[in-house]
Amino acid sequence: MDGVLLAQFIMNGLMLGMMYALVAVGFTLFFGVLDIIVFSHGDTVMVGAFAGLGTYVWLQSVYPDIDTVWVCLWVVLASLLAVCLLGVVLARGLIMRLRSSPPLNTLLATMMLGTVLREAIRLFYPDGSNPQPFPKLLPDTSWVLGGVTVRLDSVLLFVGGLLLIGGIHLLINKTKLGMAVRAVAQDSEAAQLMGVNFSFIVLLTFALGSGVAAFAGLMNGIYYNEINFSMGVLLGAIGFSAAVIGGLGNIYGAIIGGFVFAFLQTIGAVALPFSSAYKDVFAFAVVIVLMAIRPTGFLAERSSQRV
Amino acid sequence: MDRSREIFVCLLSAMALLVFSVVFLLAEDETVIGSYMVGGAVLLWIMVRMGVYEKVITAVSHHERLWASLVFIAALILLFFFRDNHYCLFLVGTIFCYTIAVLGLNVQLGYTGVINFSAASFFGVGGYTAGMLLNQGLVPPFAAFILGGVMAGLVGCVLLLPVLRTSGHYSALVTMAFALLFNVFLEVNESFGGPQGIAVPSFSLFGVDFGSDVEWGSITGSFYLRYDLFILVFLAIVFIMVRRVERSWMGLAMDAVRLDETASACFGINIVRWKVTAFTMGNVLMGMAGALYAMMLAYISPANFTFSDSLLFLSILLLGGMGNCWGVLLATSIMVVLPEKLQFIQEYRYLLYSLLVLLMIVYRPMGLLPRRTRVVTSEDVA
Repeated sequence: MDGVLLAQFIMNGLMLGMMYALVAVGFTLFFGVLDIIVFSHGDTVMVGAFAGLGTYVWLQSVYPDIDTVWVCLWVVLASLLAVCLLGVVLARGLIMRLRSSPPLNTLLATMMLGTVLREAIRLFYPDGSNPQPFPKLLPDTSWVLGGVTVRLDSVLLFVGGLLLIGGIHLLINKTKLGMAVRAVAQDSEAAQLMGVNFSFIVLLTFALGSGVAAFAGLMNGIYYNEINFSMGVLLGAIGFSAAVIGGLGNIYGAIIGGFVFAFLQTIGAVALPFSSAYKDVFAFAVVIVLMAIRPTGFLAERSSQRV
Repeated sequence: MDRSREIFVCLLSAMALLVFSVVFLLAEDETVIGSYMVGGAVLLWIMVRMGVYEKVITAVSHHERLWASLVFIAALILLFFFRDNHYCLFLVGTIFCYTIAVLGLNVQLGYTGVINFSAASFFGVGGYTAGMLLNQGLVPPFAAFILGGVMAGLVGCVLLLPVLRTSGHYSALVTMAFALLFNVFLEVNESFGGPQGIAVPSFSLFGVDFGSDVEWGSITGSFYLRYDLFILVFLAIVFIMVRRVERSWMGLAMDAVRLDETASACFGINIVRWKVTAFTMGNVLMGMAGALYAMMLAYISPANFTFSDSLLFLSILLLGGMGNCWGVLLATSIMVVLPEKLQFIQEYRYLLYSLLVLLMIVYRPMGLLPRRTRVVTSEDVA
């Protein structure tokens, strides 16, 4: 394979990896504070994309001659806010109640919640059952560097994702709030004894994770120029896989997992003898094999059982 | 309550169930269906409040053999009643197939605690195996039905290592990944018909083709009648077997593995052995059910075996009450018939249905018929 094509695939893989990593971070954050898998997270991503699209359509109809930069800003802001709010409401109303139920019940409940979100968008978003074209919010400038086409919007999205991850890193590791989040993740009862407001921290985590998911949704929309109501299913499954192969509860593991999954998909699409349609089959098969080799992921949570 | 009264209660409730199912299946008008649903729910609520419900359950559990035969007879009457109604017979056949599959899931998850998020995939392995074998003309239909189960068991063996090594969420991921992989694979693989799927020849037994309409003397009926009768007999066998497993020392060992792995290992129970047994047994049941379902449906495509279908199977198990075979039968009937009967809310039915399951998990996580604690003394069973 020649270098140009390789570079193109690497860039493609990096974009996908960033998207998956952002979704996986949400899974791992929620698992950290509540010890449950919120499987509706993939659909939260989808809601984020639709919130952005809705805002765009509304802005276009009310202020047709508004500047693109402002449109972009408003879309991102509105989408993030809406999805943060959604995350908080769902966490308060449903997910925190499930804390004491067996893992299977929580998994199923959150999957059903995902179905509710999906169906709600399909039914109540205008023409929601058909794929929606996503507006080009970012300038479509591109450069050719040594034969490789670099799209400005991809670069911007990638940098945005990096900044977001960096921001989460700083928030979790350098602030008092982040310390509280980490404390709750480590031992919620002890954290409460030390005066940490448990519900507040959980809700904050959900706002944070959902906001990141909204960004991933917008990124997905801009990158593929199209969104649909069922895109959250596969994104959720991939995000969950990424979080698990990285090691649940570990943010850096989730990021690594996201890039690993994108890498596997890219390999499956280009480097293997069979058709590129099998890329997901290959990626999920490798995930299963990885789970057999390292049952708790790369950066495993420390687990010991007291009998 | 004395014995004769309990038997009377069993008879009465079996008849009530039969009448309700016939009336409900016959109803087509939306207001009528709605009022039946509301009426049934209100009646059930009143019975629960007055303590009658508990008494009925106790009476039934004391005379399970009688109850089982009553239900079997009721099912036969139901089939006879609907003998020329394609649609109702097909629904009943679907209920039977799903029940067999969920009984398999029950052995895995309800008894042994092995998480399986790919039930529909094993169901599909059985269906596709039967379809491909019959299309090639390699084996007779009955062998295809058996081989569907064998194949599902073998495919399950591939997942054994990761499933055994992982637990909880991690185990869920392995089976979930398999379910997605399986579906994508069917979609893109041309030799399995791709997204369009494949036609499946009809079942036949002792030279009787199940694809033609029934003419037994003066009785004529839909071709689904043969399928339903055959599947009903198979379901009865599976049901008895699964109940026997539950009540035997095997079930005891499986319960122990589910409840506490460490403790059961300390008591000398071989955890790996029981997990493997339960997982394989469940998969074989799903595969055989899938093979029958495929032959009854005559046409299968990847859309029949998606991840959401696996979720449906799990929801049925949870709704019925984890580990309770009767609960499985009840919940399957509800989950299969309700969406069909709720056609009038067409668009909104999946939304309502997922909300229903969600509410169920939050407010009655034990399911409709929670599994009863194992009876140890013999006087209670007598």
